[in-house]
Amino acid sequence: MLSRIAESLFWIGRYIERSDGTARILDVHLQLLLEDPWIDEDSACRALMAVMGSEPNDDVSLGPQDVIALLAVDPHHPASIAHSVTAARENARRAREIVSTELWEAINHTNARMPRHVASDKTHEFFRWVRDRSALAVGVVDSASSRDEAWHFFSLGRAVERADMTARLLATRSLTEASGPSWTTILRSCGGYEAYLRSYRGVPSTLSAAEFLLLDRLFPRSIISSVIRAEESLREIDPRAGRVGVTDQAQRLLGQIRSELEYRPIGDILHDLSGNMERVQEFVSAATDAIRQRYFPTSAVPVWIGEVS
Amino acid sequence: MFPSDSVSVREPYRELYPALARMTQDELRGRTDALASSYLAQGVTFDFAGEERPFPLDAVPRVIAAREWNVVEAGVAQRVRALERFLGDVYGPQDCVRDGVIPAALLSSSSHFHRQAAGIVAANGVRIHVAGIDVIRDEVGDWRVLEDNVRVPSGVSYVISNRRVMAQTLPELFTSMRVRPVGDYPNRLLQALRASAPEGVDEPNIVVLTPGVYNSAYYEHTLLARLMGVELVEGRDLFCSGGRVWMRTTAGPTRVDVIYRRVDDEFLDPQQFRPDSVLGAPGLMLAARLGHVTIANAVGNGVADDKLVYTYVPDLIRYYLGEEPILPNVDTWRLEEPEALAEVLDRLDQLVVKPVDGSGGKGLVVGPDASRGELAELRARLLADPRGWIAQPVVQLSTLPTLVEDGMRPRHADLRPFAVNDGENVWVLPGGLTRVALPEGQLVVNSSQGGGSKDTWVLDDSVTTGPVAGIVPSPNPSGARVGSIVADQATAPVTAAIPLLGDGAAASPHHRHRPESSPQDEDAPVRQQQQQQQQQRPSRRPTRGEAEPC
Repeated sequence: MLSRIAESLFWIGRYIERSDGTARILDVHLQLLLEDPWIDEDSACRALMAVMGSEPNDDVSLGPQDVIALLAVDPHHPASIAHSVTAARENARRAREIVSTELWEAINHTNARMPRHVASDKTHEFFRWVRDRSALAVGVVDSASSRDEAWHFFSLGRAVERADMTARLLATRSLTEASGPSWTTILRSCGGYEAYLRSYRGVPSTLSAAEFLLLDRLFPRSIISSVIRAEESLREIDPRAGRVGVTDQAQRLLGQIRSELEYRPIGDILHDLSGNMERVQEFVSAATDAIRQRYFPTSAVPVWIGEVS
Repeated sequence: MFPSDSVSVREPYRELYPALARMTQDELRGRTDALASSYLAQGVTFDFAGEERPFPLDAVPRVIAAREWNVVEAGVAQRVRALERFLGDVYGPQDCVRDGVIPAALLSSSSHFHRQAAGIVAANGVRIHVAGIDVIRDEVGDWRVLEDNVRVPSGVSYVISNRRVMAQTLPELFTSMRVRPVGDYPNRLLQALRASAPEGVDEPNIVVLTPGVYNSAYYEHTLLARLMGVELVEGRDLFCSGGRVWMRTTAGPTRVDVIYRRVDDEFLDPQQFRPDSVLGAPGLMLAARLGHVTIANAVGNGVADDKLVYTYVPDLIRYYLGEEPILPNVDTWRLEEPEALAEVLDRLDQLVVKPVDGSGGKGLVVGPDASRGELAELRARLLADPRGWIAQPVVQLSTLPTLVEDGMRPRHADLRPFAVNDGENVWVLPGGLTRVALPEGQLVVNSSQGGGSKDTWVLDDSVTTGPVAGIVPSPNPSGARVGSIVADQATAPVTAAIPLLGDGAAASPHHRHRPESSPQDEDAPVRQQQQQQQQQRPSRRPTRGEAEPC
């Protein structure tokens, strides 16, 4: 298939997953600000924005409404939900002849209904709406697209973004010294609390909760299973496995970070959780570059100068 | 809802009349709203002052009797055959010049005559794969050709989607008569493109080349690509190497054999034409010259669209085909000829004067509507550049009943039938795009001024219809057939262009993990501008019967 189309599909997957992940992270964190009266709102918000990859101005103090204004509904902020939705739609429009009508309508509808402002009593509702819309888009693809190259690029984008988002979610655990969100809250936010309880049958402990979100191969939102899924998609896209090792740079990087997580004692990872999570994000980002170089080559647009007469 | 004298219905509409007459005006208006909302949901829209409006479709179809259509069909096909021969001659031996049928100066002074195209011949010799020959009915009811479009005629997607949405919304109209289906068009086009593939290619790789999402006809490009099942590419997806054209795919470069291009000549190849074009692929013309790729429609066809060449087409038909023209032209004065110029200058206030290849309707002057000052200015310009202008009488277009604010009223309309040439024969799509001018008495229209369209029905006379009133909801094979034919015509929601997102990567430079973004077009402004420039020729025609479909 066309590289440009494949790239659009990859990014549609990423943006859908990103709007979902961002909604989940913001939901948890803003709830936490309400629940904990002793927390320093300004620094907590700053830390959250930093984890989400944006840098607020230093001279004003930040509150939950600012976070929502920037990370949820500001269409020009590159980390915001509104931006993800618009970008997903723009990519879908460019690949309109490949994207199914149902998926296009789901994405287009979300983009059309994206609010400009969210009142503080409606935030939870808003985030749930975003999650519902992402689930709808993903469901439409899952239920009615052939498992061809287009689907693999879409899934690849989703898996890559999900690993990144879970890493960010875990990093919020150590945002502030004393009080990050509890593990219960984090597990709830990614919809994994019940699955966790069933797997561990017990009171949440730091160790088991982190283990679950990092290393559980069966829970689809854990980092390890997202990375495994991304590797699978890459193998499906290029099924030629040579005799010698792995030749694809993206697979190499993903395999590396996967083994790093798999073969290190969990205590080690938790010791510097935010550092390790940044490392995951670095690898994901490098893998994206490798995918782009291999599958989406863009040439510098040549510029032709007319003869000067 | 009809005026009281409407009992004298014209022949082909007789079957339609009872079905329509049974509906109250409110009911019909409700159906019209349903048509519009269906188009809005599907994204069959155009941009009106930044607002997204559904492409206007009138609830009353235009009906053309089989006998009448046979004339149009034969006339259009004849014209396409003659123009095909003409283009082959112009870019080849130029016999027509040697034999004195057409002056050499006329060809070389046409702005769409491209020397770069000389000597390039597709494997099956076809240059006009798709033609849109605009026709009108004059005041006495005869069909005349208004304009030839053999470059990149657009609007066929509206023919397909109009038929589909009509069958869904007003099914009872279809039950009274047998309407010839239009859904075969993509298939015919695909066959014609396959037939034009370079020699020695068994399974040609065909692509549709679009300027991009900002082009007003992007909806049509996606529809055609999807219905033909071929790739829709932009210029940047293509590159030329070793005299061949390739597209960038995830599996590496893939060879392209036939390009159905919807990009104007001037933007196709920056090496040969506009060097600043970002919509084409450098080297395309070389590949075409080497016979490694077929560009459809061929480069340089615009010379046949020239308004002055248009005046010679009846002669060209006699010269190349040895036949009399089936469809006459609209009477036209060539201002190059001194006597014609003198006559036109004398009656300037009664004529329509048009530049031969003005774009965007620029320069069109309607004599009866013009002020003294404008006429004086026009007079000076005609004297300065007679080659650049033609003059025509104000042709009175025929009218069709159309639903407007105050009920069913006559409105002026034209028709663009589409013809596909596969090298063996010229197939004319039964029907075509009917465009109506909605303001009363208005002859010139484009969509932004409220131009409308009508589904165009060509009747199949091989069957006699039942009782006049198709009211009885009997299971009618013809209605069901139309329904199934249009049912699988997928329609794509493509909505108004939104501006490109700002450069996401520019924000928050110093955090290590700012979110990555999908690639942005660095040359977005120029890209957008050039995409919008493509095929913009609103209201360029002499009689002003224009409603640009998109």
